[in-house]
Amino acid sequence: MTSPILVGKNARRLTAPSVIPGFGLTFGYTLIYLGLIVLFPLATLIWWSSGLGLSGLYAIASEPRVAAALRVTFFISFAAAVVDLFFGLIVAWVLTRYDFAGRRLLDAFVDLPFALPTAVAGISLAALYSPSGWFGAPLAGYDIKIAFTRLGILVALIFIGLPFVVRTVQPIISELEVELEEASATLGAGRLQTVLRVMLPPLAPALLTGLALAFARSIGEYGSVIFIAGNIAYVSEIAPLLIVVKLEQYDVAGATGIATIMLAISFAALLLINLVHAWSRRKFGRV
Amino acid sequence: MRFPEAFADTKTIKRGASIRIEGVEQDFGAFPALRDVSLDIQSGELVALLGPSGSGKTTLLRVIAGLNSPDRGRVLFDGENATGLPVQDRHVGMVFQNYALFKHMTVADNIAYGLKVRPRRTRPSRSAIRTRVAELLQFVQLDGLGARYPAQLSGGQRQRVALARALAIEPRVLLLDEPFGALDARVRKDLRRWLRDIHKQTGLTTVFVTHDQDEAMELADRVVVLNEGRIEQIGTPEELYDRPASPFVISFVGEAVALPVAIADGQVRFGGRELHIDTHGLRSGPARVFFRPADIAVAAEGNGDLEGRVESLRRTPAGVRATIAIDGYDQTLEIDSPLERSASLGGRVPLSLAKARIFPADENGGYVNAGDGI
Repeated sequence: MTSPILVGKNARRLTAPSVIPGFGLTFGYTLIYLGLIVLFPLATLIWWSSGLGLSGLYAIASEPRVAAALRVTFFISFAAAVVDLFFGLIVAWVLTRYDFAGRRLLDAFVDLPFALPTAVAGISLAALYSPSGWFGAPLAGYDIKIAFTRLGILVALIFIGLPFVVRTVQPIISELEVELEEASATLGAGRLQTVLRVMLPPLAPALLTGLALAFARSIGEYGSVIFIAGNIAYVSEIAPLLIVVKLEQYDVAGATGIATIMLAISFAALLLINLVHAWSRRKFGRV
Repeated sequence: MRFPEAFADTKTIKRGASIRIEGVEQDFGAFPALRDVSLDIQSGELVALLGPSGSGKTTLLRVIAGLNSPDRGRVLFDGENATGLPVQDRHVGMVFQNYALFKHMTVADNIAYGLKVRPRRTRPSRSAIRTRVAELLQFVQLDGLGARYPAQLSGGQRQRVALARALAIEPRVLLLDEPFGALDARVRKDLRRWLRDIHKQTGLTTVFVTHDQDEAMELADRVVVLNEGRIEQIGTPEELYDRPASPFVISFVGEAVALPVAIADGQVRFGGRELHIDTHGLRSGPARVFFRPADIAVAAEGNGDLEGRVESLRRTPAGVRATIAIDGYDQTLEIDSPLERSASLGGRVPLSLAKARIFPADENGGYVNAGDGI
């Protein structure tokens, strides 16, 4: 997966002749597609909220309930993405490096969070983690409440984000030769040194891409979260839910205002991750 | 080119350990990769492990390195049991077939790796590491390329980086897996000579794996021929050429022609003819005679062991090369000879054997035990 802000190595000059013709057609399609499907709706959003003006946006963002929801959304999304980074790496490693009975089946399970309607995931997670659920009941004995708290949001977002990390890292792991580990060991490196110095650096760019994707997906996640979060204002209410709430109250300006703020923060966060990604590619990705 | 003397500073690690392998066996599932392999390698020796793919040569190298632990048997370095010793503590310099360079590190960082990962107690200072890297770069004739990345080097250069990286840790033995496998023919030739020089300079016990018999014969002091997980023969190149111990060795090491024969009453019979081969000590029964194409020549009329038909004649700088179909043998032979002009296409010629080996068949129909030559 390449970073969107990097120009591909194989990018052609516009005029260079090519074995496969059709630059004009594909480029035109790309522009129309991006324009109609991605940019136009986003532009509409900004158009709708432009009536508010910067001061209006600021007013919305500083509403305590909105500010709390934005904080919950972005912090928990990031936390979930970081958790996914670790577990996703381990899952991808096991699925790629080891051959065992049922590997393909397990590999297929990884994609389920992609395919499942998110509401289904939310309902089952809520049932499992509610104080009377299979996981919730034993945890309640230790005074740990997951369903209907921020922890519940974290659990749902970890579930949703995992495949992004696994699927971005997997191909890179399969390219890493086992001989690299063996070479490191013959040179006297311990296991931890081999992992930190030899195995992780080439994986860093892919890991960052996975992190960015999981993070982005979590920010927009709605269906699975609302069932398990309890949606208590100021505590476990996420920004996407607040948008729906505002729309239901016919507060279109307020809804688009929150959406615009989310868009800005998301864009800034993804841009930052992409910059780190580009840097790490330069540093480690020399393959 | 001189091996940097700075490397002799670690007195505890002897350069060029002797290696002893005792009854090593390894199975991969139902497939026996090594079967009762025993081998002694002297300190400072240059040994080739030669065999076709699947013969167990790489597995044996990995057992020596400690990357595979054998199911049975022992590996000793300088007489000390190293069988249970982890790879990290074996101090072997290993050069992998695809070099296994760390692509995200510069050439200099690759070479320094084995020194940098040492525990603080034994790790050389930064400046000492830098000096060693510079010395090693010079030693492998890559001065000035330390800041490059492996992707920016040619195949031959990468191989030298891999070698420098292995030498940096002052290994007790140097192990190379198909060191020239991935290189084109010209680079191969240069590197062969170069490896020989390196071996002379460092005095390291060196074991390399190859499937190329020319390479093994040209480079090694001794060659270990492996087949189906067993050692067929251990010997100097001369011994392997002149006294091959098994039909496998004679066919694998150089070209050989095999004729199915029968031993009866102390005579070797091929078709209706008698071959003049000493059968002393061999029992009667089916056998096989092996000879090198160079050991067969056109004989004077009436003196031949064999007879053949001239299929084609071709002029070469040295004389004439004839393609001859031997009676009772299903393949043709190319024989260089000062063939008389009278020998004509399609004509019959007598052929005599200068040297041959005979291997009688065993109960299973295989051919064992070297027989006498002519």
